[in-house]
Amino acid sequence: MPAVSKGDGMRGLAVFISDIRNCKSKEAEVKRINKELANIRSKFKGDKALDGYSKKKYVCKLLFIFLLGHDIDFGHMEAVNLLSSNKYTEKQIGYLFISVLVNSNSDLIRLINNGIKNDLTSRNPTFMNLALHCIANVGSREMAEAFASQIPSILVAGDTMDSVKQSAALCLLRLNRTSPDLVPMGEWTARVVHLLNDQHLGVVTAAASLITTLAQKSPEDFKTSISLAVARLSRIVTSASIDLQDYTYYFVAAPWLSVKLLRLLQCYTPPEDAALRSRLTECLETILNKAQEPPKSKKVQHSNAKNAVLFEAIALIIHHDSEPTLLVRACNQLGQFLQHRETNLRYLALESMCTLASSEFSHEAVKTHIDTVINALKTERDVSVRQRAVDLLYAMCDRSNAKQIVAEMLSYLENADYSIREEIVLKVAILAEKYAVDYTWYVDTILNLIRMAGDHVSEEVWYRVIQIVINRDEVQGYAAKTVFEALQAPACHENLVKVGGYILGEFGNLIAGDSRSSPLVQFDLLHSKFHLCSVPTRALLLSAYIKFINLFPEVKTTIQEVLRSDSQLRNADVELQQRAIEYLRLSCIASTDILATVLEEMPPFPERESSILAKLKRKKGPGILPDIDDTRWNGNGNVEHSESSSPSLMADLLPTNRPRPSSSSPTIVVRCTFVTVLVNSRFVCKNNGVIFENQLLQIGLKSEYRQNLGRIYVFFGNKTSTQFLSFSSSVSVEALTLRSPQLNIHAKAVDPTVEGGAQLQQILNIECVSDFTDAPVLDIQFRYGGALQNIAVKLPVMLNKFFQPTEMKSQDFFQRWKQLGVPQQEVQTIFKAKHPMDTDVTNAKILGFGVALLDGVDPNPANFVGSGVIHTKSTQVGCLLRLEPNAQAEMYRLTLRTSRESVSQRLCDLLSDQF
Amino acid sequence: AICRPGGSKCRDLNYIRFILIQNRAGKTRLAKWYMQFDDDEKQKLIEEVHAVVTVRDAKHTNFVEFRNFKIIYRRYAGLYFCICVDVTDNNLAYLEGIHNFVEVLNEYFHNVCELDLVFNFYKVYTVVDEMFLAGEIRETSQTKVLKQLLMLQSLE
Repeated sequence: MPAVSKGDGMRGLAVFISDIRNCKSKEAEVKRINKELANIRSKFKGDKALDGYSKKKYVCKLLFIFLLGHDIDFGHMEAVNLLSSNKYTEKQIGYLFISVLVNSNSDLIRLINNGIKNDLTSRNPTFMNLALHCIANVGSREMAEAFASQIPSILVAGDTMDSVKQSAALCLLRLNRTSPDLVPMGEWTARVVHLLNDQHLGVVTAAASLITTLAQKSPEDFKTSISLAVARLSRIVTSASIDLQDYTYYFVAAPWLSVKLLRLLQCYTPPEDAALRSRLTECLETILNKAQEPPKSKKVQHSNAKNAVLFEAIALIIHHDSEPTLLVRACNQLGQFLQHRETNLRYLALESMCTLASSEFSHEAVKTHIDTVINALKTERDVSVRQRAVDLLYAMCDRSNAKQIVAEMLSYLENADYSIREEIVLKVAILAEKYAVDYTWYVDTILNLIRMAGDHVSEEVWYRVIQIVINRDEVQGYAAKTVFEALQAPACHENLVKVGGYILGEFGNLIAGDSRSSPLVQFDLLHSKFHLCSVPTRALLLSAYIKFINLFPEVKTTIQEVLRSDSQLRNADVELQQRAIEYLRLSCIASTDILATVLEEMPPFPERESSILAKLKRKKGPGILPDIDDTRWNGNGNVEHSESSSPSLMADLLPTNRPRPSSSSPTIVVRCTFVTVLVNSRFVCKNNGVIFENQLLQIGLKSEYRQNLGRIYVFFGNKTSTQFLSFSSSVSVEALTLRSPQLNIHAKAVDPTVEGGAQLQQILNIECVSDFTDAPVLDIQFRYGGALQNIAVKLPVMLNKFFQPTEMKSQDFFQRWKQLGVPQQEVQTIFKAKHPMDTDVTNAKILGFGVALLDGVDPNPANFVGSGVIHTKSTQVGCLLRLEPNAQAEMYRLTLRTSRESVSQRLCDLLSDQF
Repeated sequence: AICRPGGSKCRDLNYIRFILIQNRAGKTRLAKWYMQFDDDEKQKLIEEVHAVVTVRDAKHTNFVEFRNFKIIYRRYAGLYFCICVDVTDNNLAYLEGIHNFVEVLNEYFHNVCELDLVFNFYKVYTVVDEMFLAGEIRETSQTKVLKQLLMLQSLE
């Protein structure tokens, strides 16, 4: 046993360690340890005072026992006592024990700090270092409070030993990290910067770390460090290898210090001073030149040390991003490394090139290495190297090479490790969209993704392909044809069924002319997958079926039969059952017109950043992904909302049947809108009540409006006996954001947990900016027993909520009525009564609508006349209305006049649905 | 030349989080922590590091992604020397930092072996503190470190 005989020896300790090592079992070890603990305890408690050596030995044994993983609940006092010993070895063990077993016992902290204080003021450099190392290792707040103001003076004092300066600098750094508020900045900071000039390179090394950290926090205060760092770096890189003797490592001059200085410079932009700047450029060129020189040693240590400096220099060049020559040289150098026999270098070159690809100066130079990188993807044995190759391909991708890169990534995907498949899928999806010249290629690519790695295709990806197909007319027919063909495969991934169901439901008509893909064939194909799919997919397929009924009247009876079957109408799943019932009912009672409106093709989605990109960013965390995607996500289609083509009420209320890219699933939304159809019209004339209810959740609200402001109190009632977790509720007004916002809604944050049976309240503050049509949607998400629930409910916020009633006399009314005589200002509708024609009820509804009821204005007392003003932030719109019931015909005629056409129309739509 | 948001060189993230020396069986021969972890977390980290490092072979790189960090490691006989740093830190500088440390240990213990680290665990801490402090490289000159260690050795 070599070590036992060596060193200053604590024989008892060596014996004890040997005993432990010789224990045959865990039990034996525990037994031996307990015996030792009993022995130590008795020694510590004994009458006889222990000498320093024994104390040191026992404390050291306790430490060893602790490091084996056993609890130590005594001996702290003895360790603290060792601090006041004047023998180094005893002090050292005392400090070590304290550093390893930090204990925030306040009595001891005081004693420990006292010991440290004595050593800091001892003027004995060895003791001072022990004390400084202890502070640096523990870094507690108590220590910062006690010593943070003292250490700067030790650091900059003229007579402090070099090794103490090193420790003091790093000690200060640690305290600055743990308790920055306690480290006073002051005149010492200027002197710290000058440590970069110190004779002793060890001091410079430690000081460089401290300065870098401080400069990151307050760059202005440490700007003077730039010139000193450049000067120091310049002296190092131009030195002959023997100049720096102790600091030369395998023929490389001060590699670690060079790296630190280069990192310090990365806190700043390129120096403004021309001379300084050219000196730095020279340094960087010298470093690049050295990489081309023949190695001074064959040892890997030599090349590693040299390349550590080289990679840091390249990092600085990339950070500055201002010297095209240097950037291209860096790229060429890395290009050589791409084929190096050392795996480490290939890996680092791929990684570093990734950031070079984002610079406009070197992007093209990076692209020339595409074949090498693709080869790396195919041949590297270390998955992390292949991963870097994927990253680099992604970073170097642009319009010129997108097809090649996407194809290579796709073919790699087939054999890729499971751990990185999802990321590759995201990257392929992003590139395919970003660089799609024709969208047929995009559609093919995504379907290939689903075919090859369906399990790794997240919702974001397949939502996105649907969004894109819906927004681009030119690809819809192709998409329908392609999914139809893809669905022919006997075993296709469920994600393909989802995409296929959605696209055929929307655009199946575009391929229905071909007898091979006639409506019935399409339906049979989809339905052949139905029974193999999960509930959410089946729900989506049911929606596709009802869309089919609208698109292809000839398959109506077939589909109705399917909906009518017991397996649908009596499905154990409530969602499926409800859909089947509602869709069946809808198909039976609604006229073709209504059906066509309800099931109209989806309107285009608002263009915005792809949620896939957000997902990739989340996956990779900040700072890793090259910034090629800083430009806004931008498809080239322009968005035209089909607003101009006179939206009907139903169309207004139903357009949320779309995949919501961020969170909620499209399937649930379909159902919720069904609920809200009723809700919305019910809430036109009233402000309080229950707007949503299912087995889990009840949502009620109370609202108040005053002029253009409103406040809604939303109450979420948990109907179950179990907690809802991760509960969130937010308001989206996305349909409105195409124009400038017409409503501003602020939702107060809510508690993420709703206890079983409990009720949670949320306050929404609303401001009406200008007149609007689309109601905001309340998006609710929570976890119930492991399953994520998504609910989207339209909030009953309609234009009429911002009415203020105005009383006026008969003659005033008619005068204004005449003033609003331009044809566009009047909207009139004649409709059949849906409810019994009761005068009192009608009165109440008109009042509830928000206007004042004017008696005695209309010569016919059976008619209703009202007036009010719509308040928006930008303007006020006066409104006059007249409702004429015809009891015999059970019809009404409603006439509205306002100064604004859109307001007249909207109010007419809202009110006419009430009677 | 503007600091990218999220680019960690603009934030104070670049320091050693911990240094571990483990043998192939996963026994820890040194654990030095430079940020706060509680004891359970330390144990978890030790096990995870062992799991990711020991499955790699000589054809692999000496770097491995680890949680939000990376491990730079090198194997010497049956011992793995591992340093955990931020992902943007300089891999090769730490890889040679490990080797520099190992050469000092080798010199100090005259042909170091695993048992030296076991029996002299309290001295290994001294060597570490001379070369690494507060998660930073403190001293890189082998001559200077060994001179200091010999001086300390001579003290009572």
